Amino acid sequence: MIGTRMKGLDVGKIMADFPILNRVVNGKPLAYLDNSATSQKPLQVMEAISHYYAHSNSNIHRGVHQLSAESTAAYEEAHSKAAAFIGASSMEEIVFTKNTTESINLLAYGLGSRLGKGDEIVVTQMEHHSNLVPWQQAAKRAGATLKFIEIDQKGELKMESIEGSITKKTRVVSVVHASNALGTVNDIRMIGEVAHENGSVFIVDGAQSVPHMPVDVKAIGCDFLAFSGHKMLGPTGTGVLFGRRDMLEETEPFIFGGDMIREVSFGESRWNALPWKFEAGTPNISGGIGLGAAIDYLQGIGMEKIEEQEKSLTSYAFKQLETIKGLKIYGPPPEKRIGVISFNISGVHAHDVAEILNGEGIAIRGGHHCAMPLMHLLGVAGSARASFYLYNTREEVDRLAAALEKVKKIFSV
Amino acid sequence: MEAIDTNYAGEGMYREFILDHFKNPRNFGTLENAEIRHREFNPLCGDQVEIFLKLNGDGAIQDVRHTARGCAISVSAMSMLSETLRGLTLREVAGMGKESMLGLLGIPIGPVRIKCALLPFYALKGGIIAYESRK
Ligand SMILES: Cc1ncc(COP(=O)(O)O)c(C=O)c1O
Repeated sequence: MIGTRMKGLDVGKIMADFPILNRVVNGKPLAYLDNSATSQKPLQVMEAISHYYAHSNSNIHRGVHQLSAESTAAYEEAHSKAAAFIGASSMEEIVFTKNTTESINLLAYGLGSRLGKGDEIVVTQMEHHSNLVPWQQAAKRAGATLKFIEIDQKGELKMESIEGSITKKTRVVSVVHASNALGTVNDIRMIGEVAHENGSVFIVDGAQSVPHMPVDVKAIGCDFLAFSGHKMLGPTGTGVLFGRRDMLEETEPFIFGGDMIREVSFGESRWNALPWKFEAGTPNISGGIGLGAAIDYLQGIGMEKIEEQEKSLTSYAFKQLETIKGLKIYGPPPEKRIGVISFNISGVHAHDVAEILNGEGIAIRGGHHCAMPLMHLLGVAGSARASFYLYNTREEVDRLAAALEKVKKIFSV
Repeated sequence: MEAIDTNYAGEGMYREFILDHFKNPRNFGTLENAEIRHREFNPLCGDQVEIFLKLNGDGAIQDVRHTARGCAISVSAMSMLSETLRGLTLREVAGMGKESMLGLLGIPIGPVRIKCALLPFYALKGGIIAYESRK
């Protein structure tokens, strides 16, 4: 296919692994540009899940029989794959959750004993609701204050606001690595240094970075990293919380029950070893195994290559969209962002843009992207958002640009 | 329901009359001394409408204004609905079902956009219910 081969990455071959990309939507070939919401899944992931159900399905950590041993090994191996993927020291530092939201909630509860009256929690003005609402609640419970690192006109964090908001009173700093609403990639390494100098815990929301670029927890210097398996080719219902071993040991579990305890008497319990003390009850075994297959797939291609191809596609999309009169793109220039482009066409609501694009077989998101305070700050009710992944092509970007011209024509703007 | 078609999508709903109501919403504005004033909000897309109704001595609607902001579907639905209300009693409005609202809009509405199409209708109903319960 023309336009599918980019520097070192054979997109045509990749596309063949994603059967859904053959779908026809409203009479047009599907162009899936809503990857920030969730990614599509390759055959390799589907096959890993059906193989598990067809061959090994049983509960883990509970039986001595063959199937249970196989399931346990496969589920634990998926943790090890996730650990290697982000440069963690061992699988003990990897907790499987159902998504980023659950990972962050685990921390907002589990770190609760660190928070007291007058303490401060710092997030940014560009957080997804899932890295905002749990901290609002944690602050309320503890009588702590929630503070915000401000953004500038370009949608980047203000340097002076980073240094101004993080102080000796700060107990938790939780910051999005790459914004799902603006595409901005934040300098989290630097923010982490400021957090640690002030004695604070440092948490990174990697929901939009881990799927799209190499992320190494030691290089970025975070204590915790939350991300979603379903946004990186894995099944829905999968997410990860990385925590540095010493940090996880100090974190209280927030779901209690079976599999998370070592010893229980009627009065009291002792927690199980890491990471199981955080995975109470029967987990999403098939999902975890599917996530392991997704990680294998991404590593087989290489995260550097994926990042490079998305950067090149994003620059191309910028050039195409910037020629459309009346279209405003929010956030920083392409060099400073992931493959997310948030925009509005003057005089047309984002929902109507998404609707007309849907008629062209193009899937984008229109709305507030779970970042209502940020949208408010930008002075808009919402925006249209196209977000790319490794299987997207220039041809699809061309179709996007043509469909946006059609939107303008229909609305006579 | 006839008006809902899951396969429906795209430009078909943007008929000329819809775009006309969207660009020039009728009865746009606010009313001082409105007996009924009610706001509805769709958190999913940020669409908002506030509706103002002035009643006459017989409890019929004498005047109507609204401040609909949002997508073409919700704004034009509010604009069209506002044109039908003068002279109706609250009882008559209360008897109005959502099918008649969709009928009024006169375009096929898919399941995704039905919330947009019905937002003004729920603002109207909500306003009347709040008013009745205050009486
Ligand atoms: C930056 C960011 N954080 C958190 C989330 C929440 O992810 P999930 O819905 O998988 O919990 C998202 C998902 O859209 C996101 O983009």
